[in-house]
Amino acid sequence: MPHEKLTRMANQIATFFATQPGTDQAERVAMHLNDFWGPEMRAELKAQAAEDDSDLSPLVKEAIPLI
Amino acid sequence: MKDFIIPWDDDRDMGTKAVQGAPVTLTVDGFEVTVPEGTSVMRAASEIGMQIPKLCASDNLEAFGSCRLCVVEIEGRRGTPASCTTPVAEGMVVRTQSSKVKKIRKGVMELYISDHPLDCLTCAANGDCELQDMAGAVGLRDVRYEAPEDGSLINHFEQRQGDQPNPEWIAKDDSNPYFTYDPSKCIVCNRCVRACEEVQGTFALTIEGRGFDSRVSAGGPANDFLTSDCVSCGACVQACPTATLQEKSVIELGTPERSVVTTCAYCGVGCSFKAELNGDELVRMTPYKHGEANRGHSCVKGRFAWGYANHQDRIMNPMIRDSIDEPWKEVSWDEAMTFTANRMRGLQEKYGRKSIGVITSSRCTNEETYLVQKLARGVFMNNNTDTCARVCHSPTGYGLGQTFGTSAGTQNFDSVEHVDVAVIIGANPTDAHPVFASRLKKRVRAGAKLIVVDPRKTDVVRSAHIEAAHHLPLRPGTNVAVVTALAHVIVTEKIYDEDFIRERCDWDEFQDYAAFVSDPRHSPEMTEVLTGVPAEELRKAARLYAQGGNGAIYYGLGVTEHSQGSTTVMGIANLAMMTGNIGREGVGVNPLRGQNNVQGSCDMGSFPHELPGYRHVKGDEVRALFESKWNVKIDPEPGLRIPNMLDAAVSGSFKGLYCQGEDILQSDPDTHHVQAGLAAMECVIVHDLFLNETANYAHVFLPGSTFLEKDGTFTNAERRINRVREVMKPKNGYADWEVTQLLAQAMGADWNYSHPSEIMDEIAETTPGFANVNYEMLDARGSVQWPCNDAAPDGSPIMHIDGFVRGKGRFINTEYVATDERTGPRFPLLLTTGRILSQYNVGAQTRRTENSIWHSEDVLEIHPHDAEVRGIKEGDWIKLASRAGETALRATLTDKVVPGVVYTTFHHPDTQANVITTDFSDWATNCPEYKVTAVQVGLSNGPTEWQREYNEQAARSRRIQTAAE
Repeated sequence: MPHEKLTRMANQIATFFATQPGTDQAERVAMHLNDFWGPEMRAELKAQAAEDDSDLSPLVKEAIPLI
Repeated sequence: MKDFIIPWDDDRDMGTKAVQGAPVTLTVDGFEVTVPEGTSVMRAASEIGMQIPKLCASDNLEAFGSCRLCVVEIEGRRGTPASCTTPVAEGMVVRTQSSKVKKIRKGVMELYISDHPLDCLTCAANGDCELQDMAGAVGLRDVRYEAPEDGSLINHFEQRQGDQPNPEWIAKDDSNPYFTYDPSKCIVCNRCVRACEEVQGTFALTIEGRGFDSRVSAGGPANDFLTSDCVSCGACVQACPTATLQEKSVIELGTPERSVVTTCAYCGVGCSFKAELNGDELVRMTPYKHGEANRGHSCVKGRFAWGYANHQDRIMNPMIRDSIDEPWKEVSWDEAMTFTANRMRGLQEKYGRKSIGVITSSRCTNEETYLVQKLARGVFMNNNTDTCARVCHSPTGYGLGQTFGTSAGTQNFDSVEHVDVAVIIGANPTDAHPVFASRLKKRVRAGAKLIVVDPRKTDVVRSAHIEAAHHLPLRPGTNVAVVTALAHVIVTEKIYDEDFIRERCDWDEFQDYAAFVSDPRHSPEMTEVLTGVPAEELRKAARLYAQGGNGAIYYGLGVTEHSQGSTTVMGIANLAMMTGNIGREGVGVNPLRGQNNVQGSCDMGSFPHELPGYRHVKGDEVRALFESKWNVKIDPEPGLRIPNMLDAAVSGSFKGLYCQGEDILQSDPDTHHVQAGLAAMECVIVHDLFLNETANYAHVFLPGSTFLEKDGTFTNAERRINRVREVMKPKNGYADWEVTQLLAQAMGADWNYSHPSEIMDEIAETTPGFANVNYEMLDARGSVQWPCNDAAPDGSPIMHIDGFVRGKGRFINTEYVATDERTGPRFPLLLTTGRILSQYNVGAQTRRTENSIWHSEDVLEIHPHDAEVRGIKEGDWIKLASRAGETALRATLTDKVVPGVVYTTFHHPDTQANVITTDFSDWATNCPEYKVTAVQVGLSNGPTEWQREYNEQAARSRRIQTAAE
């Protein structure tokens, strides 16, 4: 999948959870990714983040180790 | 028509409507009968099997009292009152067959017949004519009145009288493709006019003139049915007691001799119909009066648009080809299955277990859908299964699951009869869910208030005898801002239902939410600049919803098909919870589902992350349940969703797809991307009635069966499980569930279902909400709404009555985030897409019927202001371009859309509106953002180069090799 599409989709998820109360937003982003993205897409995101995570929102970066 | 085989209940016309009231006892011809207060004498007699002769009465209309055929004598009352308009009274003594009333009836019938042609033997209604029946019932043996030869007394039915043309004779109107209006046979009973008003709510018909000059008139530019306001719902045809309004199919084929009750295969309303046949030839579809979704009403699609089932384009034999450049080769089922199984297994060997997948159909039955997802999980051994709900209501599943705990509407359709304030958000029910719209409009005419949140001035905003109290014409893409602003008003003005929230939700959580939503940035005044909705109007709408009594929200794809679709669904759930509008009749959150079985396909585990019954594949227990049942190991990780499949295909890891009853090339967004994805696959199996657009890229075509040719169930928008019945044998040889089973067997699976009822039994065994559902029960009761199990043996018309499925209702913050799809200098207008009444979705079915007379091409609606600055006039060819692609179509100028917004439908592959739509999607579910695309519109000479190339490729791809080649 194109780099920017994966980034956009991950960032969209983070944007939602960032507006929710509590302190577990990163966990909830990770949980959403684990529940709805197949392992290949998650692996692709992780690989992409390892290479260059400058376009990822801070919350996605925080969630990456949890997926 | 007689001798219908109806599996339950009788469907006699009781003359007048059923009412509720205290019991009243009377006698009719000496027999005692007890009925509710307010019941007519006619109905009371009917209840004990006495059919009082009648012509103008029908039990779906208000009593009218005009034909005078139903007169009776009542002890202690003067004269002979009409039994249809006379309510029962305690101790009343009624005589229905006194010599006095018999004489009156005979006299009335004699007068009717004196102005009616006596061509009964060759009349299309012969044997199905109430006038004929009544002449028989009253014993009419003689007509004394005859027009003199010299033409001095005229009638309505003779074209010529004597040697003169008869000025009162009006030619038959056959402008409507499905029925004729023959004024010479009209008895002016008014039933058609009343049905159009009371049942359909269109008010297209009227009675013109008075006395002898009274004629039914459709008006319109040409004073015919086609050019009038008539929406061809068939209610008038159904109501007509004679051959005046008559189905053309009956004229052509004769009166049907048997009928089978089944369920319509168009929209999510799920109307019950009687399929009426001679042998296995379908003559007509008539709405079934005991159908609980439609209560005897229908629309043009279900009632008339079934001709596609016999269309010459229908493919009856399996076909294969090695590559999509080759013509199709017709083969036996055996050969097709061997070819397909080898290819799919080959792909898995070469590219891995997860390189293939399925798309289940929301057009097919629950049983068929269940099998297709089982094929992915139990034969392909992966979770690569998805369904077209992905591109319509997947945000509903996520949003309502998060807030209420279950992915479904909360009400039944009957609930609309108790609504005080209906809020319609992003839905166009008169076009997309017409039968529900008729029921809604009826309630609005009775006094309920209407709030419409929609960028367009849809017909429910204002049409005959209804007008929305508030129309909030928001800019496409700002749903969350509007819904949150509504909540802001309700919370800050403290007009929420504190008792409900305290009891049914978490009060502390609500406090957090209230703090969030009270922030001034969510106020209507602040959001007005984004949304374009006047703040004061929004405030009034919020107050009306919160304080106007029973408030019910009905929403459609205008809510879900956005980057923030799931967020809007949660916002809607918040509104319902904070106002206590959940858990009883007349309220609730009601997603209007697009396709006939979208609800069912979601229920059946079509999504890649969940097994049937919305249970995540990661759950060990639920996997174990299916593993022991199916004897396989189920993958605990979610599979690919449709957009992910296409992305994976383009990047080379997804190679094979079994697509049942869905045309993703036409219906999914960003056509170029879908094309690229399909072209990259090595085995695309299309299982459909026709060579649809997706089939242009297919290697295997498996012919499908129509809803008339198989047994099964559909689940409609109100969670109602309705039976679909095999009214004729599959013309292609196999019902769709059998085709899937053949494929599974060819791939080595040990599947041996001999009837869909066995599949339903397996569903019931594995899915708690369906635990008590079986065919025997459905045949006995007609239908049932899930959950249906030991806790709710009669099903669940209304959900969340004493508590939410998830326990406490959950408020979720809904922050508005602008979509990335923005207008700018290159693309200054916003395109939103939708459908119209006569066509259905990609049009594969309706384009192959006479419905195209109403809509033969997609057109672009544009505001006169936007048109003028571009030099566009009515009917001009225009080019519509977005960053995704461009297409050309004709423009129509209308103020239904506001300046800055344009609108079109996606019914025709020649237009391919989805070449324009982008790959942006809902954050939670990847539901595409069909409803917002930045576009530019300019004059053009005709179809674009791309459209021409597309059509050439499609034509090439549809070639079928003849035996001689």
